[in-house]
Amino acid sequence: MSLDLDQALQTYIAEARELLQDMEDSLLRLEVDPNDADTIGAIFRAAHTIKGSAGLFGLDPIVSFTHIVEDVLDRVRDGDVVIEANLIAVLLESGDHMLHLVDVVAAQGGQLDAEAIARESGLRVRLQAYQDDSEMSHAVQVETEIPLQSSGGGLVETDNWHISLRFGQNVMRDGMDPLSFLRYLSTLGEIVSITTMFDALPPADEMDAESCYLGFEIDFKSDADKATIAGVFEFAREGSLIHILPPHSKLTEYIELIRSLPESETRLGEILVTTGALTQQELEAGLSEQQTSARPDGSTTPLGEILVEQRSVEHEVVQAALDKQTQSKDSKNKENRYIRVHADKLDELINMVGELVIAGAGVSLLAQRVSDNGLQEATSVMSGLVEEIRDGALRLRMVPIGETFNRFQRVVRDVGRELGKDIELVITGADTELDKTVVEKIGDPLMHLVRNAMDHGIESASIRQSRGKSAKGTLRLNAYHDSGSIVIEIVDDGGGLNRDRILQKARERGLIAPNVTPPDHEIFNMIFEAGFSTAEAVTSISGRGVGMDVVKRNITALRGTVNLDSAVGQGTTVSIRLPLTLAIIDGFLVGVGKSSYIVPLDMVQECIELTENDRQLTRERSYLNLRGEVLPFVMLRDHFEVEGAGARRENVVVVTCAGQKAGLVVDELMGEFQTVIKPLGKIFSTLRGISGSTILGSGEVALILDVPSLVQQAVNRETHQVSTRQLTH
Amino acid sequence: MPISSTNKNGQSLLHMEGDMTIYTAADMKNELMTHMAQPCEREIDLSEVSEMDSAGLQILILAKREAEKHGTSLRLTGHSRAVLDVLDMCNLASYFGDPVVLSCNENKGQ
Repeated sequence: MSLDLDQALQTYIAEARELLQDMEDSLLRLEVDPNDADTIGAIFRAAHTIKGSAGLFGLDPIVSFTHIVEDVLDRVRDGDVVIEANLIAVLLESGDHMLHLVDVVAAQGGQLDAEAIARESGLRVRLQAYQDDSEMSHAVQVETEIPLQSSGGGLVETDNWHISLRFGQNVMRDGMDPLSFLRYLSTLGEIVSITTMFDALPPADEMDAESCYLGFEIDFKSDADKATIAGVFEFAREGSLIHILPPHSKLTEYIELIRSLPESETRLGEILVTTGALTQQELEAGLSEQQTSARPDGSTTPLGEILVEQRSVEHEVVQAALDKQTQSKDSKNKENRYIRVHADKLDELINMVGELVIAGAGVSLLAQRVSDNGLQEATSVMSGLVEEIRDGALRLRMVPIGETFNRFQRVVRDVGRELGKDIELVITGADTELDKTVVEKIGDPLMHLVRNAMDHGIESASIRQSRGKSAKGTLRLNAYHDSGSIVIEIVDDGGGLNRDRILQKARERGLIAPNVTPPDHEIFNMIFEAGFSTAEAVTSISGRGVGMDVVKRNITALRGTVNLDSAVGQGTTVSIRLPLTLAIIDGFLVGVGKSSYIVPLDMVQECIELTENDRQLTRERSYLNLRGEVLPFVMLRDHFEVEGAGARRENVVVVTCAGQKAGLVVDELMGEFQTVIKPLGKIFSTLRGISGSTILGSGEVALILDVPSLVQQAVNRETHQVSTRQLTH
Repeated sequence: MPISSTNKNGQSLLHMEGDMTIYTAADMKNELMTHMAQPCEREIDLSEVSEMDSAGLQILILAKREAEKHGTSLRLTGHSRAVLDVLDMCNLASYFGDPVVLSCNENKGQ
C-alpha cells in the first residue's frame, strides 16, 4: 500500500483522456465502416478500462455513467444492437460527457453543475433505448440516487470506528492479501477488537484454496479521517463489501450494517455487542424499531439498502480524496510509452546546447587562428557532434501536427451536421513536425479557419450540384516544410471569396481609397482586418466578423504569416506560415563594415558578386538583373546606416521568402554559422528588419535579419518606384 | 509445502514445513484434507511454518472446521512466529483454543 494514490490518479486522468480520444477516433471510423469488429472491440475496451480504473479510485459518477455506455457497447459487440448514425451520435456525446466527468470529477475534484447533470440524464435516457431490458432495470437501480434513509434512534455510545469487511473471492488471486490490509490499518490507529468472519467458507470439497472467504468485524480507534481509513481498502474495493462507520454513528446505521451483511442478524448482533461496538440495549432497541417499520422479509436485504450504505460511504471518500488530489495536481504523471518531462527541463537543456554551440564556435575560431592541423581536425569532429546534439535536442520539442489535425475530424463532422452539409475532411502531411509550443498555439486559429471554411466557403449541396460540383464538399488540411518554416494550408472547394463584395465593404469602411484597386490577393487579405465580415447572414458558427483578425494576431505572435488565396467557384486556400523552431537556426554570416549579420540559411538561395556595372545602375533603379529576372534589393549598409565607405567589392545574397526573391547587398560573406537566437528586449520590438541577436564565437554580437520584412520592404519600394516612374512619364 | 505424517499412539501427527501462502494453498488443502479424512485425533505441528497469509489461514480454519464436523479433535502445536502473528492479528487464538499458543509465545520470548 505504499503506492502513491495521487500519482496513480494523475496517470488515470491522462490515460482516460487518451482513451476517450481513441474512442472518438474509433467511433468516427465506425461511421465509415459500421461492421469493423476490431474498432467496435477497441471502443468497448476503452470504455471498460475507463470504468474499471475509475472504480479503483472511487470516482463513482464516472463509473455509473460509463457503465451504461459500456453496456450498450457490449450489446453492439455481441451484435444485439446495430450501429447506426443516431447511436454513434449518442456515443460521441457520451464520450464528450465522460471527458467532462474526468475533467471535473477526477482532475478538479469538483461536482457536476446543473447543466452537466441535465445533459447526463438526457444521455442516459437516450442510451437506455439501446440497452437490454433486463439490464436496464439493473442499471437504473444502480444509477438512481437513493437518498439516505432518515435516521431514527440516537447515537451509539462507542467512540470507535466500526469497520466491516467481507473480501471479494478474487482478492487473493488479484495479488492482495487481506491480512496486509489489516497490518496497514493498524499503522493508522489501534485495532481495539477484531472478529474474523469465515462463515462464508464452503465445505471442504467445494472450497477453492485460492479464493478468499474471509471477513472481519473491526473496532478501530484512530484520529484518522474517513478517507484515510477507506483508502486502506481502496484496492480491494472491487467485489468486496466494505462498510466504515465513524465513531458515534447513528444506531440505525449499525442496524443497516447488520442487515446488509451476509451473516445472520443474531450472529452479527452478538459480535457487535461482544466487541463493544454496540451495547445490548442499543442492539435490541435498534432491531425492534427496524422490525416495526414494515419490512416484509427481514432475512434478505434489498440491494437498495446496500447501495445506501455504500453510497454514504463513498460520497465522503470521493470528496476527500479529490480535495487532496487537487493540491498535488501538478505532480507529474507517467504514460506507458512516453516519459513526461517538465517543459522547463527541456528548455534548460536546449539553452545549454545553445551555449555549447556558442562555445564550440569559439573553439573552432581559436583552432583556425593557431593553425594546428590536429586541433582543427578535433574541433571539426566536435562541432559535428555538437550539431547532432543540437538537432536531437530540438527534435525533442518537435511533435507531428497530425494529432492536431485529427481533432478536426470530429469538428468537421459535427459542424457539417449542424449546417446540413456533407463535408469530408482530407488530411495530408500529418507527420510534418513542428515545435510543441507552436502546435499548442495553432489549435485555436485553425479551429476558426476550419469553421469559417465550412460555413462560408463550402456551399450547400443543392448549390454545389447546380454548379456542377459533387454534392459532397471537401476540406483539406495540409502541412509541409518549406525553407525553414512550416506551412499549414486549409483548402476548401467551395464558392471562393467574392472579390467585389470585399472591395465594396473595404471601401465602405475606408480601408481602401475609392479610386485605387489593389491586386486580388491584397483584397482577399482584407478579411483579416478587425470587424470585417462579408457574410450575409450571421450564423451560430461564424459570420460576426470577429475572429479573422484574432486569427491573424495569434499567428503573427508566433512570428508567422497568414495568406489567403481564392478562385471564384473553385474554393479558397488559407496558408499559414510558421517558423519551425524558436531556438536555434542555421545561419549565414555576412559582414557590413564592422558589423556582422545573420541570414537564416534556409532562406539563402545563392550569392553573387555585385559587379561594378550593376553598382552604377543601382543609383538609378532599385533592382538588379538576375539572369533576366527582376531582383529587388536592399543595401544593408544604407538600411542600417553603417558608417564608413563601402568595401571595394560587394556581394549580393539572394534570399527567398514566401515565393518572393530579393537581394541583400553586403560587404563580406563569412559562411555558415550555427545561430542560437537570443531574443531582443522589448525596447527593440519596434525595430524593423531585425528579428533577434546572437553571440559569435569571438564574443561579438551579430544581429539576425528578419528576412521576410526586408524582402517585403524591397518589393514594396520596387513597386512604389515603378508606379511613381509611370506617373512622371 | 511438504506435510509429513507420523503416527503415535493412534494419534496422527502432521508436520507442516515451509510457507503456508496462496502459492502453496491448493496443494496444501488437498494434502491436508486427505489426512483429515481419517477419523482420529490429530495434531498439527506448525513450528516449521516460515510464512503464512490469508490463504494459509483459511486452510487452517477449514481443517479445524472439518475436524469439528467429523467429531474429532485437531490441535495446533509449536506455532511459529509467523503463525502466531496471524492468529493474534485476527484474534483467532481462542477459536482454535489451543493452550499451547500462550506457552509457545512465552517460550519464544515474544
